[in-house]
Amino acid sequence: MLIFEHSRPGRVNPAQIPGATAGGEDLPAVFLRRQPLLLPEVSELQAVRHYTRLSQRNFAIDTHFYPLGSCTMKYNPRAANKAAMLPQFLARHPLAPESTGQGFLACLFELQEILKAVTGMKGVSLTPMAGAQGEFAGVAMMRAYHTARGDSARSEILIPRAAHGTNPATAVMCGYTVREIEVDQQGDVDLESLKKALGPQTAGLMLTNPSTLGVFDRQILEVARLVHGAGGLLYYDGANLNAILGKVKPGDMGFDVIHLNLHKTFSTPHGGGGPGAGPVGVSERLLPFLPVPFVGAHSGQYHWVTEKMRPQSIGRLSAHMGNAGVLLRAYVYARLLGREGMPRVAEYAVLNANYLFKRLMALGFAGAYPARRATHEFLLTLKDLKDTTTITATDVAKRLLDQGFHAPTVYFPLMVPECLLIEPTETESPEDLDAFVDAMADIWSVAHTAPDVLKNAPQKLPVRRVDEVRAARDLDLVWRKA
Amino acid sequence: MSNVPANLRYTKSHEWVRDDQGILTVGITDHAQDLMGDMVFVDLPKIGDALTAGKECAVVESVKAASDVYAPLAGTVTEINETLGVKPEAINNDPYGAGWLFKIKPAQASGVAGLLDAAAYENLLAAEG
Repeated sequence: MLIFEHSRPGRVNPAQIPGATAGGEDLPAVFLRRQPLLLPEVSELQAVRHYTRLSQRNFAIDTHFYPLGSCTMKYNPRAANKAAMLPQFLARHPLAPESTGQGFLACLFELQEILKAVTGMKGVSLTPMAGAQGEFAGVAMMRAYHTARGDSARSEILIPRAAHGTNPATAVMCGYTVREIEVDQQGDVDLESLKKALGPQTAGLMLTNPSTLGVFDRQILEVARLVHGAGGLLYYDGANLNAILGKVKPGDMGFDVIHLNLHKTFSTPHGGGGPGAGPVGVSERLLPFLPVPFVGAHSGQYHWVTEKMRPQSIGRLSAHMGNAGVLLRAYVYARLLGREGMPRVAEYAVLNANYLFKRLMALGFAGAYPARRATHEFLLTLKDLKDTTTITATDVAKRLLDQGFHAPTVYFPLMVPECLLIEPTETESPEDLDAFVDAMADIWSVAHTAPDVLKNAPQKLPVRRVDEVRAARDLDLVWRKA
Repeated sequence: MSNVPANLRYTKSHEWVRDDQGILTVGITDHAQDLMGDMVFVDLPKIGDALTAGKECAVVESVKAASDVYAPLAGTVTEINETLGVKPEAINNDPYGAGWLFKIKPAQASGVAGLLDAAAYENLLAAEG
């Protein structure tokens, strides 16, 4: 039921209406509203109940296992949030002088240093406000680098078929054309396809490693050698950093520029549209182009590094220094983990994924790359199940909702038919993983004995099977009074 | 097994081409529409657009994904299937008929012979599993 449907004319709850209101006397009459706003008229208790009930319908990591592949929906410790919410941080004005913000600047400086250490890059700027903006900053730096060298004829960015959709979008936004690279049977970049595509027009290659196929590209050093040999740069999409945290550094793999999704790997709840943070890291030769401002240190004092000190910088991406709250959470989270804790994140993320992968394959589910060890996530393909039972990835996903689990990512990457991309993350207990396996075992058996149960799922949620086709074709989001 | 009419030509990227006295009608194959699922949106080229062979020239969007459609041959767009704007499901229901996307006048009429024939396209589908 919508809040508007609770509405009754004249019902008001004035207790919290501000005493002094602006009258708008100085506005020309022509701009004044003649009828009152069409707002729902409900009591305070009705409003509280309505929104509390809505909040209880949320499918959230706080209540449910959330194995949404490539999204890293892990639990974010409350401690990180608590520290970031200290009133001294919350009330700090972004334009306050450096002298009164040394504690805040110290946190950001140390976060830059931690991210440098964990990625093996030579410089980090925290200012991009989301992953997509981090990507934009990264490719803009690649462009600035080529241009500064008088090498501006490079017009192409190479992207493997399995990439996130943001990669080609970023390349186009930065004025490049996109050339797709094939992926081989084992999920690695196809070296022959890469060699054919490389040339004097190549600006660089964008790669996620581990990829969205849930495997680590074993030929990454050769890929880097080939791309560098052609004069191109290597871009690392940090979407799947959780799998290699503290274990392998993108810098050691030969990447020149990376972005990280702090809201995924470093402790900010996400999936609701932000705020996020997409810091960028660079190798030595891209240092002059880092976006500003970032934090510098001199004789124990911290200061903002701005355009004045970095004339070749690609410039500013946000009004100030990015999303301070997300950066502070990331800092506290990184300090809580420490040098010993970082690799354990990757170890348990990978262990949990491989445990689930093996157990689900034992039930009969087919892995898309069964011969490969999974990274932090893995791909199942339900093509055979669909051919024998007509049960699709959508049916399985909907049934999981009934069983109290968030659905995995479905139909991505599209090159794998009827796929489920499953990422358990490091924060799930063995018991919760087993409960998920039990649910999948039940689905496997029901698919073969009573497929209609799956076709009609979900049954237990407030909304039953949504007609996705009609929702897309006849989109109508406006509520009208009956 | 998906439907592969013998009288059409095909591309590796799952477009079909029908040659009607020098004007080519282009669509996506039954296999492609089956893989994509229910279509919800189609973005077509404009009449008069010059297409480059192998370059993306249209977009089909289903509930699962958006996918580029590639120009099978170089040529100029002479007609587009405007009814797809309100009935994108025609691609699912009748991929080789009412679901056609656009027509082109090829730069070289002989180019059609270089495309896959039905047997070659069926082999491609078999190889893709």
